[in-house]
Amino acid sequence: MATVAPSAAETAVEPSARSGRRAPVALWVAGTLVALPAVAPIAYLVWSVLRPGGIDAGGISSGRLLELLGATSLLVISVTATALMLGTATAWLTTRTDLSARRLWSTLASLPLVIPSYVGAVAMLGTSGNGGLMSEALRAVGLPALPVFSGFWAAWGALSLWNFSYVHLLAVPALRRMDPALEEAARGLGSSRRRLLATVVLPQLRPALLSSSLLVGLYVLSDFGAVSLLRYETFTRAIYTQFRGRLDPAPALFLSGVLVMVALVLVLAEQRGRGRAALYSNRPNRRPQPVRLTGGRRLAAYGFLSTVVIGALLLPLTTLVWWTVRGVSLGSSIGTVGAELIRSATISLAAAAVAVVAAVPLAVLTVRYRNRRTALMESVVWSTYSLPHLAVGLGFLVLAINFVPLVYQTVALLVVAYVAMFIPQAMAAVQAGLRQVGPNLEAASRGLGVGPTATLLKITVPLISRSLLAGGALVFLTVMKELPATLLLRPTGFETLAVRIWSASSELFYTQASVAALVLVTVSAIPLYLLVIRDLHD
Amino acid sequence: MTDAPMNTVNEYTLAIRVRDVSKRFDGTVALDAFHLDVHAGHVMTLLGPSGSGKTTALRLIAGFDRPDSGSIEIDGLTVADATTFAPPEKRRVGMVFQDYALFPHLTVARNVAYGVARDDRRRRVTETLELVGLTGKEDRLPHELSGGEQQRVALARALAPQPKVILLDEPFSNLDAALRSRVRAEVADILRQAGTTAVFVTHDQEEALSMSDFVAVMHDGRIVQAARPSDLYRSPVDEWVAAFLGEADFVSGEARGGSVHTTAGVFPTPLVGKVRVMIRPEAVDLVPDASGGAIVSQREFFGHDQLVTVSLADGTRLRARLGPSPYLEPGDTVSVSIGEATTFPAD
Repeated sequence: MATVAPSAAETAVEPSARSGRRAPVALWVAGTLVALPAVAPIAYLVWSVLRPGGIDAGGISSGRLLELLGATSLLVISVTATALMLGTATAWLTTRTDLSARRLWSTLASLPLVIPSYVGAVAMLGTSGNGGLMSEALRAVGLPALPVFSGFWAAWGALSLWNFSYVHLLAVPALRRMDPALEEAARGLGSSRRRLLATVVLPQLRPALLSSSLLVGLYVLSDFGAVSLLRYETFTRAIYTQFRGRLDPAPALFLSGVLVMVALVLVLAEQRGRGRAALYSNRPNRRPQPVRLTGGRRLAAYGFLSTVVIGALLLPLTTLVWWTVRGVSLGSSIGTVGAELIRSATISLAAAAVAVVAAVPLAVLTVRYRNRRTALMESVVWSTYSLPHLAVGLGFLVLAINFVPLVYQTVALLVVAYVAMFIPQAMAAVQAGLRQVGPNLEAASRGLGVGPTATLLKITVPLISRSLLAGGALVFLTVMKELPATLLLRPTGFETLAVRIWSASSELFYTQASVAALVLVTVSAIPLYLLVIRDLHD
Repeated sequence: MTDAPMNTVNEYTLAIRVRDVSKRFDGTVALDAFHLDVHAGHVMTLLGPSGSGKTTALRLIAGFDRPDSGSIEIDGLTVADATTFAPPEKRRVGMVFQDYALFPHLTVARNVAYGVARDDRRRRVTETLELVGLTGKEDRLPHELSGGEQQRVALARALAPQPKVILLDEPFSNLDAALRSRVRAEVADILRQAGTTAVFVTHDQEEALSMSDFVAVMHDGRIVQAARPSDLYRSPVDEWVAAFLGEADFVSGEARGGSVHTTAGVFPTPLVGKVRVMIRPEAVDLVPDASGGAIVSQREFFGHDQLVTVSLADGTRLRARLGPSPYLEPGDTVSVSIGEATTFPAD
């Protein structure tokens, strides 16, 4: 019997992923030092609630706690549900129907993201009540003025309008990836359209809807500016008023600790869900047949899309412009914006630079030495990013007062807090860059007699400079519009654009608030939207 | 230069000495009690199928990974054992990667100069680029070069710091077939001129046999045989090595009194009992013969030669590599004569 030689190509694959390698100690030290500020305030807040020797509620009664939990949950649940409905509807209408200008509508449905929810709240206040834009319009046709938008309904409307786009952005690619063959198979088996939606379409959308609703839920839980300006008492608003009104930080700390623990549940669920959603990313080889909308249905679809775009985009921007123009023409003070802008830009730049440098060891650890421990480090850092910034800021503040009073009320503390909160944005960018640079380049440099640090500076950093820049830009733009932590940690008199919008509208100077808001939307939110949109759109 | 260790087989100095090295990745054994001696100035090739541990061996010698146990010496100095671990930048080992790993943001000259001390740079860059035949391309960026040129830059970059040892990980696998044999000969020539000790890793038998002084065949994390190429080809230690090194057919028989009788003929053997006979196609000759004992079943014609498969009387298939003639067709009857054959004990 004859035997034929085995060809080399047929045998097993070389283990190319060398995940068994251990990271150098210096890298661990650097990574831990960077991750520490992200962990410390959270750990402190949780500890301050669960500390041994009994809970110190700081005088917060259980009735009050339940009341806040109820009010916050009500808002989180109602806004999430509304955003889910709005976002799924806009996504479906702009991907699966034969409406005209679908791409344009889809872009318009994601654009409300350029309006931070506290800016949206300013616009809502500026459009209602005596002297508001819509009130004036109604008065012009002889109708009574609108009451000032405030309380639950106002907060619900604002947060739904300025958060539903996250659902839209995640649902659009999920709808695009859906294989039409599945729907056709179901139709072929005698399924009605309605049953099809329930048994085939929605289950496939579920991962996208789940992760976007967790995202929206987290944003609502974290929101401070909108609920405060619109006067709906949730955890964040209560924490801020507690902290402002008293010398003893205990009640605010207690509430922050509870808030962080509630948020952590959502964060962990969101992080688990993200991995699972990736399983569904198979591409069908053809597009589904668009659903034909005719007559009344078609009109209703256009009507719905227009209403959403007007409410979430057109009306708030018009209101801000209207206040600005009216203020200027009436000769009322438009306030100072230049100094605030420079202050915002400077501190954002500092935070971005530090974040990028600090992100490098984390990114190297998590990309080049991927294992369970580095993955844990990564998700811990992401958690701080997702938790309510007001609570994180308070954690920093109390830690500083108790342990490093020297940094209390300094720009340095503010920068450290920004870096701790937003470093994941820089880390993700650096990680993406590192994945593009083959590990052999670094090995080649080492083999030529150049040590690890010099290799990082001479080879890796020049090759990922674009990613470093992109990560820095992301952090810069996000810090520009950060409000709650800035309010808590800024040195007295340190007015940024965001702080200016907040304080001017709290004092009902809508012209000044509008001017600052328009500047902020132009220099921060729009560029940020352009940077982020690419990632979210597949 | 250090003195030759006691256990060397001849007057050569050992440039690389690996003893009892083992390495696991996530529980999978990549190298198992691995031994290797490479003499100074030699070209040694680690040959084996994917997953046989040859790249792991190279990375351990270069210092990119740390052995779990065992020791590695380069040029008489211990670079890795239970207590020592010299990082790659301290080993003076040049490495040529499969994907070349040229620094994309640096010119050819700056790539080559990368590992050379500052005051020596200009001279070494000129010298090495001349050696690899790339004078005049100093200011190009890697992506502006052809695959063959990139390959030579990688080689020049590894040679420029004048390393004791140069390691090459499947350096020709990214070149197309036509270019490969030419570049192979050039590289072998450059390495001999430079007088550097070289260790190649490849899964390509022809490449290993054609350009090495010694070939070490690897299987499942161990070296199964190390020998000069011609010895290896003619006297493989077992059937696996025989089959891995080139086309081979096997017939069985009972050996007695210095020879073995098989359906393919009688062969001399020192063995006794059941044996397997390895027959390489080039040792088989076919002559058209109406009274011959074999029938042509298949023929592949390549121009400069042809591979003809015949069936013997009992159905055994045998391949013969012949010149372009005679012209044979399936169904033709031929007589078979076999030159050299190697015998193994059957297990």
